[in-house]
Amino acid sequence: MVRCFLIHTVCPVSALPAGESRLLYSRMFGPDEAVLTDQHRELSPEERRLLRKEKLSVVARQVRSVVSLTREAAGRVLVDAVPGEEALALQEADSGVMRLRAGDPFCEEASAVWLAVHSLAFTLVCEPHENLLLAEGSLRSLSRHCLEHLHLLGQGSEVLLKSSRVDVLLSRLLPHGQLLFLNHRFAQSLEKEVAGYMSK
Amino acid sequence: MYSHGSESLIRQAREIQDSELQKFYIRLVKLLQFKEVSHELLDSLHRLYLILSANKYSRTLPSELQQSLVSLLSSPSEQLQVLSSAVLRETLPPFGEDKNIGQLNSHAAGLLLSQAGSKDDLPDLCAQLIRSLEIRPSDGPVPSLMHTLPLVNSILTHCPECLTADHLTLLNKKLVDWLRYASIVQVGGASSGGFFSGSRSRQPAPIAELDGTVSGDFFTVLCVGQGFTEDQWMNVYSFSMLRHWLLTHHCVSNDSMVVDTANRLQLSLSFSHSLSNDDRSEVDGSVVSMVSATSSSSRLLSPKERLREKSFQYCQRLIEQCDRKALKKTDTELQKACLVEAVCILDCLCAEDPSLVYRTFPGIKALFGRLSSDLSFARVLLPVAQFYLNHGEMAAVDCESVWKLVFSQFPAELFNDPFLAHDFLRFLRLNLEGLQRAAPQFTRFFPNFLKFLAWNSPAVLEDFVDLLPSLVTPGSAVELLHTLLDLPCLSATLVLQLRSTTLPISDPGSRSLLSLNAFRNPTFRGLFLFLLRTEAGSGDTIERLSVLHDLLAEAAEWPRVVQCAQTAPVLLHIYFNTVVTVADEKLLAHLILVMLERSNLLLNMPTYCKEIHRVFSCQLLRLCKLHPSLVVDQSSELLEFAGTTANVYSKEDVYTHVVWVLGEYLSPSSDSRCSVRLITSCFESLEAVLFEITSSAPPPGSVCPAPKVITTLMSALAKLASRSHDLIPRVSLFLSKLRNITKGGSVPWCSDEEDMVAIVTRGEELLSLLKTPGVAQSVLTPPPHVNTPRWHRDTNLALPLQLLALTTLTHSP
Repeated sequence: MVRCFLIHTVCPVSALPAGESRLLYSRMFGPDEAVLTDQHRELSPEERRLLRKEKLSVVARQVRSVVSLTREAAGRVLVDAVPGEEALALQEADSGVMRLRAGDPFCEEASAVWLAVHSLAFTLVCEPHENLLLAEGSLRSLSRHCLEHLHLLGQGSEVLLKSSRVDVLLSRLLPHGQLLFLNHRFAQSLEKEVAGYMSK
Repeated sequence: MYSHGSESLIRQAREIQDSELQKFYIRLVKLLQFKEVSHELLDSLHRLYLILSANKYSRTLPSELQQSLVSLLSSPSEQLQVLSSAVLRETLPPFGEDKNIGQLNSHAAGLLLSQAGSKDDLPDLCAQLIRSLEIRPSDGPVPSLMHTLPLVNSILTHCPECLTADHLTLLNKKLVDWLRYASIVQVGGASSGGFFSGSRSRQPAPIAELDGTVSGDFFTVLCVGQGFTEDQWMNVYSFSMLRHWLLTHHCVSNDSMVVDTANRLQLSLSFSHSLSNDDRSEVDGSVVSMVSATSSSSRLLSPKERLREKSFQYCQRLIEQCDRKALKKTDTELQKACLVEAVCILDCLCAEDPSLVYRTFPGIKALFGRLSSDLSFARVLLPVAQFYLNHGEMAAVDCESVWKLVFSQFPAELFNDPFLAHDFLRFLRLNLEGLQRAAPQFTRFFPNFLKFLAWNSPAVLEDFVDLLPSLVTPGSAVELLHTLLDLPCLSATLVLQLRSTTLPISDPGSRSLLSLNAFRNPTFRGLFLFLLRTEAGSGDTIERLSVLHDLLAEAAEWPRVVQCAQTAPVLLHIYFNTVVTVADEKLLAHLILVMLERSNLLLNMPTYCKEIHRVFSCQLLRLCKLHPSLVVDQSSELLEFAGTTANVYSKEDVYTHVVWVLGEYLSPSSDSRCSVRLITSCFESLEAVLFEITSSAPPPGSVCPAPKVITTLMSALAKLASRSHDLIPRVSLFLSKLRNITKGGSVPWCSDEEDMVAIVTRGEELLSLLKTPGVAQSVLTPPPHVNTPRWHRDTNLALPLQLLALTTLTHSP
């Protein structure tokens, strides 16, 4: 299963220290692990919420630095993409996977699959035995929908002001963190549903 | 992309004033009273979510607002369900008393799960969810079950003990139904009934395979149609969670093994029965396929065994279906993912029921045969290799070709695939023990494995931190050390290898690269091929390493090479930590020589060289501390190194440490072989260097030697003299000369006043110490029991012993 899905920045943000990443959307699935582990059982709900947020920003930060290093190593020059070029932007996106050691930041080991489109990254944190081929495919399709439905290539702020669109996408493509084996027909029928929702 | 507008929105959400927020709440409550989905309402809810989620600390909503939001959870509008659950997720639980999951939609149920306050809340939630699966159509309208399975699966991940035996049975049965007996007709036809019920003229269209042909067997995730029925969706959901279910299920219900065995016995007795009558595939009228025809009778199987059997059939069918050429590219990708999943599930099933191994292996072998020539299937072949590893021994299958492909070809040809690298290193990490048993030769492929690191150091360093210790063996230690030191060269060579295949020789970009020309030049081919070797054993290193370093000089600035160079010191420390546990003294002595030799033979990257020197210094000290006799063993090489003045300037760190170990351990108390002659010759070499560096300015291009080098040399000389008193006058004379020189003001070999003072002070201390040779010896070469005063620490042992001794004395007559 997937533990969380994030959309975050991988470019310098003026208000943040170097190397930090701005979390634009995040969603954790399933029960809060702090409730379930002995180590954190004593925490108050407020502290647990804080811990959750901190864990997500740790992931975002780690992905951000791996993305920068990967791009640097490959000598990539980023070309600006404009709205309407989502497919092209996805084709040229960098992607990779990173091991998150047990305890850093989640109690158990996890793998973070990421896809970096220009200054944004989409990240799925999966359980270690998860089918990463499937996760990679799902992440691509999720990212494509996010780019299209939130007009992420443009200058707007829909990712912040229309966040429920991501929620709906997740509820269809990644229900409660479950990766689904969807062939193109199943995917099409979900897309129809999603399009119906977005047009409202 | 990310704009200033977004940044300022986040700032506003964080800095919003309380008075403003209260007004916003009041407006929102009013909007919510209208009970209609207005644009303003949706926008306000989105903004409320932003305000709550952007803040580090949670905010408490007015109770009226909180209540309205809770009631929105069951609104008929999905938009409102989504938004209210998103907002409530950002507030602190509990969000309300209404926890009747039966009526809750997917979004509300997800919220409930995310806000579970403790592990104790989960069994109830789980029971409620599973109960909803039991609702029969005759009981009224069946709610959509689609969200139930992922939720149950999610609970299982965190709390597998939530499930009772009844739950297990029910879910096993349900999964069998969904996996094996989903409708085989497309939705949109006139009738969804079986073979005999629909009218002939309006027969529904059967589902199709990915290549467009009509499907002749049961429904799977690789079947397509115009639309899908609920049970076809459940098929997708069931398969998606099947592996996780089997894994969890397996560990929860080990105690039912006894029952299983009993059932199997019964089964074998009744094996002559033909296909059972209760097999619903008969009733449904589905065509009995190759796969299902080979299935055994399922009447006597327990639900758990039945699921095992059906899962087996499902996976076999999926593997068959992956042979078909998909019409869509995305489906080709899905086929690969399905292969991975099917093989993993089969692996899991065989672990549960070893008798399945014999039925499974022919298919797995065929799959390997089919895919092994196509490297685009490498990530599918890893689970296949895992299957061979787990069950090959039992089935007495020869795995050699599998290991050869995986260890030799994958890293060599796919080192630049980040996903394969991750999967591959994970495979190694998790199977170290199994591999050491089934394929002990795998460690010989370390030059190959390190290609992943050389290419993508930041992403795989963590894996190598865990893996490296298993690769260090007495046989491979020396070669591995050389290989680790040459990691930046390997990184550069991999870059060249890729470029030489992608850039044509005539390309101007490729011609301007000297290293690329060298790579293509047959004269140097051997050097590069040595770096690119897949297996260890062709020699620890090569003669013309410095030539190679010169050829790769321009690579020192390539980002990939720099990143790789940054990881090498970390791995070297891990290497040495391990090697001291497996190596004998002879090997350690060899390693000291390699360090001395290689300190001068590294790819020219200043920071890298400095870091490596630091590692060498630290580890040299450590090895000599562990085995002081190594210093006497290797004294001639160490002396040669310490007697070369140039090393003071170019390898200051290593030099200082070599001098220190000579002064410290070249003593009869460390090794009885240490003769006066040896001490004297060492003294003379060090004296000459010290004299040279303190009598002239540093050579052009070098800076003054650090005061630490000088004081270490002085101390070493004093130590040696304290062991051979004839030398004391010589060192005293030198030290007093030094004092006199510095009295005359500045000297060319030390530019800093404070440093000078420190050197002179040390000189005076040593000088006065050496005036009383007996004291000098006990201070400069203390006996071992003074160095390791165990009696201070072992209070538990020593104090009772002493008391016991005293008691015996006082009580004795």
